[in-house]
Amino acid sequence: MDDLRKRARVLLETSEVKVVIGYEQGTAGKTRALFVEKPDDADRLIFDNHCIQNLAAYVTKAEVKNKGRMAIAATLPVMRSIIQLASEHQVSDNNLVVLGITPERKLVEFGNLTEVETFVHQYEIEIDTTYREKLDRLDKMAPSERWKFWIDELSPCFKCYACRAACPMCYCSRCTVDFNQPQWIPVPSHELGNLEWHIMRAVHLTGRCIDCDACYNACPLGIPLNLLTKKMIEDVRANFEGYQPSLNRGHLMSTYKPDDKENFIQ
Amino acid sequence: MADFEPKIVAFVCNWCTYAGADLTGTSRIKYASNVRIIRFPCTGRIDYMLLLKAFDEGADGIMISGCHPNDCHYTSGNFHARRRWIMFRSLCEFIGIDTRRIIFSWVSAAEGARWAELVNSTVASIRELGPYNEYQNIAKKSVMEVNNG
Repeated sequence: MDDLRKRARVLLETSEVKVVIGYEQGTAGKTRALFVEKPDDADRLIFDNHCIQNLAAYVTKAEVKNKGRMAIAATLPVMRSIIQLASEHQVSDNNLVVLGITPERKLVEFGNLTEVETFVHQYEIEIDTTYREKLDRLDKMAPSERWKFWIDELSPCFKCYACRAACPMCYCSRCTVDFNQPQWIPVPSHELGNLEWHIMRAVHLTGRCIDCDACYNACPLGIPLNLLTKKMIEDVRANFEGYQPSLNRGHLMSTYKPDDKENFIQ
Repeated sequence: MADFEPKIVAFVCNWCTYAGADLTGTSRIKYASNVRIIRFPCTGRIDYMLLLKAFDEGADGIMISGCHPNDCHYTSGNFHARRRWIMFRSLCEFIGIDTRRIIFSWVSAAEGARWAELVNSTVASIRELGPYNEYQNIAKKSVMEVNNG
């Protein structure tokens, strides 16, 4: 990824951007986010198989945004997140430069977000086969079995909100879960509190989640919470004419069509 | 189970179903008294979290009702609500929440008799399903866990 380092260095030297967001070598064979502000530090940037964290989560954070114009090393899921964030007016060409990394690990340079969007449009969001099987298995269960499955799976959750922190779409400065007048979600990590938290998370990501699995990768307990958002991706596609966030620019849940189809309203 | 009286919470919009329920009353139509009606400005205001709260507090069934499509007092509140219901209902199904206990309907201000029928049929079907123990058990357990430290 010499190209990436060189490009990052040039961007910083010419003051085109104030900070480059990328990955660097961490401890224990892991990688971590790096915020390059000095051209010389650009050499610390790396890119390999371990770089799975969705860096788009940082572009909406005030600590990073306030530094000035940003550049970001963006894999496909990160580019998707950025397009979704752009359609939600959270990023724009004025404050973000995208250094794209293709699935073949080539650096592509984008002049603006419209070009990123054109690039992203080549790839459909595909639920991979292992998850596809898990979803099918759950779909075949009786509702009470599914209920038991979810109560069991969610029971280890101790509400650290790492899933929220890792998600680029969870950028609200005040989250429903932080409200205590009224207390929407019970604070303790008992069955009810966990269930309501995960339902809320899934609903708020409906039509916005681009399936990057950052939440699942961040969860210290390996709770398969991404199954919920994957299911929402599928159901959104089935119910709303193949709608896919980042491929369709829009606001699925805050718009409507007079002829939306349903089969349960009496 | 013979003496089980279902608790039904109805979330209705001010302009159509609430007025419709009013008409049921002024028309002297008798219907099941198991329903507790909560009036909202519009179906667009009915937050999915409120439905979960109703189950937390011991509801056995929920009714949600508002203006027919194209009749919304605010032009589009019910269209927005419909999109959310479609997705919320499919999430509930996936999690295993009993969606037979959540009845969605459009009832206009002129459909007093229909409101009575809907309530009666809902009460009958929930009576058959019995109390919503699955949800109420975790809600009760959670309160106990907190009280006992």
